[in-house]
Amino acid sequence: MQSTENVVSHHKRAKEDPFQFHDYYNVDELLDDEHLLARNAVRDWVKQEVSPIIEDCADKAKCPTHLFKGLAEIGAFGPSLPVEYGGGGMDEIAYGVIMQELERGDSGIRSMASVQGSLVMYPIYKFGSEEQRRKYLPKLGSGEFIGCFGLTEPDHGSNPGGMITNIKDDGDAYILNGAKMWITNSPVADLAVVWAKDEEGKIRGMIVEKDMKGFSAPEIHGKWSLRASITGELVFEDVRVPKENVFPEIRGLKGPLSCLSKARYGIAWGAIGAALDCYDSALRYSQERVQFGKPIGQFQLTQKKLAEMITEITKAQLLAWRLGTLANKGKATPAQISMAKRNNVNMALEIAREARQIHGGMGITNEYPIMRHMMNLETVLTYEGTHDIHLLITGMDVTGLNAFK
Amino acid sequence: MKLLVCVSKTPETTAKISFTADNTVFNTDGVQYIMNPYDEWYALVRALELKEQLGAGSVTIINVGPAANDPVIRKGLAIGADDAVRINADPQSAMFVAKQIAAYAKEQNYDMVFFGKETIDYNGAEVGAMVAESLDMPFISFATSMTVEGNTATVTRDIEGGSEVIELVTPFALSAAKGLAEQRIPNMRGIMMAKRKPLNVVEPVECNDPAKVVGYELPGEKSDVKMLDPENMEELIRLLHEEAKVI
Repeated sequence: MQSTENVVSHHKRAKEDPFQFHDYYNVDELLDDEHLLARNAVRDWVKQEVSPIIEDCADKAKCPTHLFKGLAEIGAFGPSLPVEYGGGGMDEIAYGVIMQELERGDSGIRSMASVQGSLVMYPIYKFGSEEQRRKYLPKLGSGEFIGCFGLTEPDHGSNPGGMITNIKDDGDAYILNGAKMWITNSPVADLAVVWAKDEEGKIRGMIVEKDMKGFSAPEIHGKWSLRASITGELVFEDVRVPKENVFPEIRGLKGPLSCLSKARYGIAWGAIGAALDCYDSALRYSQERVQFGKPIGQFQLTQKKLAEMITEITKAQLLAWRLGTLANKGKATPAQISMAKRNNVNMALEIAREARQIHGGMGITNEYPIMRHMMNLETVLTYEGTHDIHLLITGMDVTGLNAFK
Repeated sequence: MKLLVCVSKTPETTAKISFTADNTVFNTDGVQYIMNPYDEWYALVRALELKEQLGAGSVTIINVGPAANDPVIRKGLAIGADDAVRINADPQSAMFVAKQIAAYAKEQNYDMVFFGKETIDYNGAEVGAMVAESLDMPFISFATSMTVEGNTATVTRDIEGGSEVIELVTPFALSAAKGLAEQRIPNMRGIMMAKRKPLNVVEPVECNDPAKVVGYELPGEKSDVKMLDPENMEELIRLLHEEAKVI
């Protein structure tokens, strides 16, 4: 039986966040000084602001909404957007390493930033009128406004093109009706970027503000995953959306899908963070935990797990770096992003499961981050394009044949 | 006020320390480097706070080292320093570093020169006092708090068993201990701005390095804890006397 003293010391160690980075192939040498500075700054911020509270937030299913301000201050919202629109003026690799460090802390915290940057600021920047950009982007970048993104519906997840949320022309406004589901940040959001079909059946994007009449955002309870991130619905009952709030040009699914490509790119990096946290904890535990008179890291089956983990992490790091290099040149295709998102999230989830085994019974407690990451990653495997859908995107890309139709 | 902050590059705190060439050279393989925390968290941040309080002035950081130190210097600029100077040399002793900094600072008329109280690698705590002496400035070591009114500063410093409060006028040099300020994490905007801030590389002045490292030694392994019967005081005294040699 474990003594009380041991439990206390385990507890203390877990709260101190002893995380150390692992870079088996010296991928850091492929990064610029500013990438390393950005990554280390976010790592310090996570250790200071996220690690001390995250287990409690996950335990109580409480979103640390005060961190929106901190995420804004550190520059985690839209880092690759231009400075004059509230972004950071950085490149795509910088965005990637920031997401990696946030998700090293928690996938829910990374989700808060992903949504704000890639799914709210990015579409307003990319598709919004100059007035819309000026009105919303600086306040989103500074964290004064929280945003959310409404594409998925209760009956339309992998098939967003089938959406039934719609708008009808009513003079100087559109009348918006419908409902969106699984919307990160929605109950605390000041505005939502919503995708709905017009009377011609074309998908349009628009900015819906929280105090517009007929708009509500009830919270979804009972999640066993992303418990530190708040999720809700968006319900529209005859909401009058002024025409100046609608994106002027963009029509069709390519609008929302281009936002998802941005977010998926960030997830491909983010998942490495969760995997590294699990691996780091398992490696340390394997050196401290003694059974049969030696550290369990000396047993071949533990070494197999650890060796396979670092191999997979290294492959994922190289994949993300290459994808980032392509993205910096504007050459990363949606299908390439799909491959990286799918591979890296699945890699992280499998590492979480293996790491859980190395931690033995302790692995199921919140003294260690493993089970929290594992539960989070079940969501990450599904949202922003499911594991299976991304496979079919690769399948379509290599065969030229569409399995969705 | 013109403020100078002297920063050093040190191995990251979890680095594995080993030596090569018959224990005469520190083995840098696989070692990650950081800015010395006393320089970064306390000296630099207090200088920035002072500039913010005064609403004017400049904060310059200076480092003596090779081009490989530039990332550490950039971090200082990202945190908020206005510009930086790197004396292009590979220093072997505190005296060398101090002479280079003093030679540069002499021409610049700084109001205050900040140091960390020590570096976390060699823990020499020498450079600050040497620079102050060369510049003919008073030197306050181990400062834990400072208030500034006009050109008068009130500085609290750690002393054995307590603290000492000193009032003095600029110019002066001080070394920063925990408490003088709080760590600031650079944000993305600061990191991008740092790319455009000046980092001037200056060639070193001639200086005979009076000291050289002859060898390094790791501390001995910690021995196992010995458990004694609390009744057996004689054995305790014998061990303290004969083995630990502390009484």
